[in-house]
Amino acid sequence: MNTSEPLVRVENLVMHFPIYRGVIRRQVGAVRAVDGVTFDIQGGETLGLVGESGCGKTTVGRTILQLYRPTAGKVYFMGTDLTRLKGEELRRMRREMQMIFQDPYASLNPRMTIGEIVGEPLLVHGIAKGKELEDRVAELLQLVKLNPAFASRYPHEFSGGQRQRIGIARALALNPKFIVCDEPISALDVSIQAQVINLLEELQEKFHLTYLFVAHDLSVVRHISNRVAVMYLGIIVEIAEKNELYEHPLHPYTQALLSAVPIPDPVAEAQRKRIILEGDVPSPVNPPSGCRFRTRCPIARPICAEQVPQLRELGSGHYVACHFAENSAVA
Amino acid sequence: MAETILDVRDLETRFRTPDGVVHAVNGVSFGLKEGETLGVVGESGCGKSVTMLSLLRLIPSPPGEIVKGEAFFHGRDLLKMSDEEIRAVRGAQISMVFQDPMTSLNPVITIGQQLAEPLLLHLRMSRKEAETRAAELLSMVGIPNARERLKDYPHQYSGGMRQRVMIAMALSCNPQILIADEPTTALDVTIQAQIIDLVKRLRDNLGMAIIWITHDLGIIAGLAQRVIVMYGGLIIEEAEVKELYANPQHPYTIGLLKSLPRLDRKERTRLYSIEGLPPILYRKPQACPFAPRCSYAIERCWQENPPLDVVAPDHRVACWVDPQTGRSRA
Repeated sequence: MNTSEPLVRVENLVMHFPIYRGVIRRQVGAVRAVDGVTFDIQGGETLGLVGESGCGKTTVGRTILQLYRPTAGKVYFMGTDLTRLKGEELRRMRREMQMIFQDPYASLNPRMTIGEIVGEPLLVHGIAKGKELEDRVAELLQLVKLNPAFASRYPHEFSGGQRQRIGIARALALNPKFIVCDEPISALDVSIQAQVINLLEELQEKFHLTYLFVAHDLSVVRHISNRVAVMYLGIIVEIAEKNELYEHPLHPYTQALLSAVPIPDPVAEAQRKRIILEGDVPSPVNPPSGCRFRTRCPIARPICAEQVPQLRELGSGHYVACHFAENSAVA
Repeated sequence: MAETILDVRDLETRFRTPDGVVHAVNGVSFGLKEGETLGVVGESGCGKSVTMLSLLRLIPSPPGEIVKGEAFFHGRDLLKMSDEEIRAVRGAQISMVFQDPMTSLNPVITIGQQLAEPLLLHLRMSRKEAETRAAELLSMVGIPNARERLKDYPHQYSGGMRQRVMIAMALSCNPQILIADEPTTALDVTIQAQIIDLVKRLRDNLGMAIIWITHDLGIIAGLAQRVIVMYGGLIIEEAEVKELYANPQHPYTIGLLKSLPRLDRKERTRLYSIEGLPPILYRKPQACPFAPRCSYAIERCWQENPPLDVVAPDHRVACWVDPQTGRSRA
């Protein structure tokens, strides 16, 4: 895809969650949350990962960070395969990669002060303590535009947007290179979302951060990403540079997804053509044969049930997994 | 000109909380015409849902209390009706769909029984008639195999299908007004598109008026004819939909529209952001509730709450400042 060595490389990543049943807890099946996903993230880049609930996008983020150990596949971070690392080695790598969570209400311990929350990674990794720790916490709070005097307060005293800033300060504490942002603004009010997006962009410039931005809001993803990957039922169906993807989507699912997003402009809305998909996303326990999207696809043909479409390159850096991607470029 | 079927005047609702009295709705007045779709936009806590719940007298009291106001529906004040009278209106002439289709349905009663309930109650149908009508309603909202699926329980339906059931239930007695409170917020975007498409079709066929409450300015742009923007328990701007998006006059509306990333926008410019937080009002606002976050604020904004005044035909704004000139209006 690119000539330079990527910061993150994910190869054929698979994450199945077993389903057990009965008294002897026999495994009767698996939720195939991620089912063979491959992509790169370049240093300093933001890769947007979009898809609807249950498509596996959050699981991809967590599996990269080894919060889940993958069922199969490899995750290279700065050339090292994280799936082979254990214990102290993995812990040391974790400093370089952090996560910002969706729910700013659930992801902060209500019994810890803001100072303790933001400073904890520094303590755990033995990087700072005492006065030095306090200073660093104050610096981190300022970085996310919070008053350093807030360090002695507790999470419940803060609004959703402020809590998300606290979560960001904590993620930055160890000077990471890579941050997985898992729906970081979807729990926030509209007027607060722009504040947090702007902050994430500023921090990226300042510290040359690399983001995997997991979200279902396609407008936000277009704004913040360099490249965008679209997931459906555990696999990537399309990945491309963002303007290429939004202006020339090739996969019928991407086309439907984009057409479904409302635009805040009545004039533009009146001219849009919506592709309304029938039905719901099938269960990831038992995904359809062949192309997983075929049960809802407006252009599906018999071959789609028989052969799994591979992700193939059509145009520079534009990858799509559809047998009929060439014909569907009309939209 | 269509007839006004709902006329709300100076509505005020507050809640007693352990932290003090919260003034959720602080004098809201608006009208709704026959067959019209009205969008109500605002962030959490702006009073949009409480306004509508107040009209239908669904505010739990205590802690809630409707302090003031009138709401005329065909000339009768909803707020002065007896419990029995309002029950005859609710679900029959005015019905409501809520955000969460997971918790709005009773998990231990079949979909068919839940759909039949308003038909038995309001339309006094027989069991058999109600069952036939329930199946019709289910197929009307696009659920295949309707007669069979009446026997299912809510957990056998997906989120999108449950919201379809809620819509079917709300429309079962041919209401004149459908109040939809963020009905698609919990749904995925492709399912949201299905639901909005369905509502538009039903509106065109059945001709009911709709009040659609949301924080999503995108949905409103494609659905509503007229829009109300709320902030701090007040209407701060009201206009015909194209006018509002093309020519927003309140600094809050202007800021909100500028702060949204757009799907059809190529360049990555920094987003405009409104600093600060929406207020929780422990006192009825005596000044403009948006003044602390407003970049246009002048001294008067801190002293007096601006009235909702007409600035153009069918366009009302509550602001002392003209954002074009940055100076005081009039």
